[in-house]
Amino acid sequence: MDQKGFFGNWGGAYIPEVLHQTFQELKEEYARCRKDPDFWQEYLTLMSTYSCRPTPLTYAENLTRHFGGAHIYIKREDLNHTGAHKANNVMGQGLLVKRMGKKRVIAETGAGQHGMATATMAAKFGLDCTIYMGEEDVLRQRPNVFWMEKMGATVIPVKDGSRTLKDAINEAFRDWVTNVDDTHYVFGTACGPAPFPEMVAWFQSIIGIESAEQIMQYHGKMVARVYACVGGGSNAMGIFKRFLDEPNVELIGVEAAGHGANSGAHAIRLSSPDATPGVAQGYKTMFLQDEDGQMKHTHSVAAGLDYVGVSPILSDLWEKKRVRFESATDTEVMQALDITMKQEGIIPALESSHAFAGAFKEVGQLAKDEAIIINQSGRGDKDIFTIAHAFDDPSWKKFIIDRGMEYSK
Amino acid sequence: MQLEQQLRDKLHKKDILLMTHIVLGYPSLEVNREVIKQMVENGVDCIEMQIPFSEPMADGPVILKANQDALAAGITVTDCFTFAAETVQKHDIPFLFMTYYNIIFKYGEEAFFKRASECGLKGFIVPDLPPEMGESFLALAEKYQLSPILIYAPTSTDARMQELATYGTGFIYCVARRGVTGKKSEFDQDFDSYLARCRASTTLPLAVGFGIQSKEDIEALKGKADMAVIGSRTIRLVESDGAEAVGPFIAGLR
Repeated sequence: MDQKGFFGNWGGAYIPEVLHQTFQELKEEYARCRKDPDFWQEYLTLMSTYSCRPTPLTYAENLTRHFGGAHIYIKREDLNHTGAHKANNVMGQGLLVKRMGKKRVIAETGAGQHGMATATMAAKFGLDCTIYMGEEDVLRQRPNVFWMEKMGATVIPVKDGSRTLKDAINEAFRDWVTNVDDTHYVFGTACGPAPFPEMVAWFQSIIGIESAEQIMQYHGKMVARVYACVGGGSNAMGIFKRFLDEPNVELIGVEAAGHGANSGAHAIRLSSPDATPGVAQGYKTMFLQDEDGQMKHTHSVAAGLDYVGVSPILSDLWEKKRVRFESATDTEVMQALDITMKQEGIIPALESSHAFAGAFKEVGQLAKDEAIIINQSGRGDKDIFTIAHAFDDPSWKKFIIDRGMEYSK
Repeated sequence: MQLEQQLRDKLHKKDILLMTHIVLGYPSLEVNREVIKQMVENGVDCIEMQIPFSEPMADGPVILKANQDALAAGITVTDCFTFAAETVQKHDIPFLFMTYYNIIFKYGEEAFFKRASECGLKGFIVPDLPPEMGESFLALAEKYQLSPILIYAPTSTDARMQELATYGTGFIYCVARRGVTGKKSEFDQDFDSYLARCRASTTLPLAVGFGIQSKEDIEALKGKADMAVIGSRTIRLVESDGAEAVGPFIAGLR
């Protein structure tokens, strides 16, 4: 990141003046934490005692045999407390908030995992907490809303625009400019105004640091490829960062192709020609927008990937051709999820299933003595309503109808 | 004529100026036309016309909805320029564009300045473009002699205000409080000391906006600021009472 917060042509801090001072303070505190080895040690201790770090790297023996190519390893971010990689960033920012002395946190959430993690952190650290969530996502991710509220957070459904992640971000910014003195905005992904992209990627980099050590231990040499799904880009940056300086490791980001790359109903920012450079939500990146610069509606079966922009760090790595971007459709994702459950007894989140789908398309072509890592950014049981619906599961439907009748008596 | 001079000339005759805000295409350009006519006939001194954006981060519910409805009705940036050219021709007060940076960036910065200059606009208010991010924007403002309106907030330090003042021309837009557009502001002692800090940091005229709704609010600003900004209030008025209610409302403000 340069002085002004850019990664090559991307990033920056396009913020209203009212936030200028608070960003100064945030940048200073973040810089102090980066220089302080005690801070990272405190972070590691917290993550190993409150969450489940280091998370395992699982050898997927059955999937490996099934595809007949390279060895498949799965990085298990689903085993973090709250069930996703989101906790890595949130607990880190929580320590930062304690240092800054702020009493209230706010956050946006798409799939609900970041909201869950933030509500958890707020409960543990004794902070007031408000979560903004698109109304459509509230409906898609009801179980997470339930848990956030149970942990004492206020969940506000956002009814503007497309009623998804980007609208939740706008609303969180509106809260922040109003309550800037006592409130920190726990940004959930490696997007937004600087220093958020770099800071979030830093906290998430623990994924790649552990993965590199684990793969050397189990496989004896570096991996050939690393796969991660890309919504905002925090789990991808988290696992990629450690491997950026390993020239022989190919990094692949898998975006959400929704109903198909040519359907107009997708969230592909980097691996299709539909996106163009733009500035919104405080940063410059590739956005899905029209000729006037109005943001388009996006679609993905995975709420956490259903977003118009992408991390400026990933736009830079895309432009420099260090990361290759592919996409997977909703249908391919359901197939990948199905096979992973049946072969390995592991339930990836719909978001993470994109990384699996991307890897499954290619892994059979790789030599048998190579290995790949798929980042399983989160667990899929949160998606039970969506997944059961997509599988059109008859016994689940009957259960819902029966329970509905019981409640409506 | 330059914007600052135009405002100073007006200040010889009035003890406080009035700037109003409209969202282009909300509810329609037709209604915008009538509202502007009523505003000018009743003594408004300057009008900021907002080009709608799908992600209006600094705006509250009233203007947010206006942006979304205008876009849903099909307003384009080209329509906004055509309307601006026509409006500037018709009325003898300065007009500004207010919008978010992506609209300008996507149009092409230089093309945008060129077209705005041809239309006779006097400047731009861009709430998500701090000067640190606006190097080329500020250079083009100078080249095309259009005023970049810089923004002060109550959270701005004295040093920051002085820094911002070096980039601004025309006037400084002082945001009355933390928060988004459209909510009532308290004009208390803190507010007075904030305005005094604004005044001490620049020689440019000061406009005060965010939550100004009544004759009393404007009365309270006299002697402390040069221009009061009415934004969401007239949008709500048009929604409830129609465009014809705007003239009498404006006439009753001073």
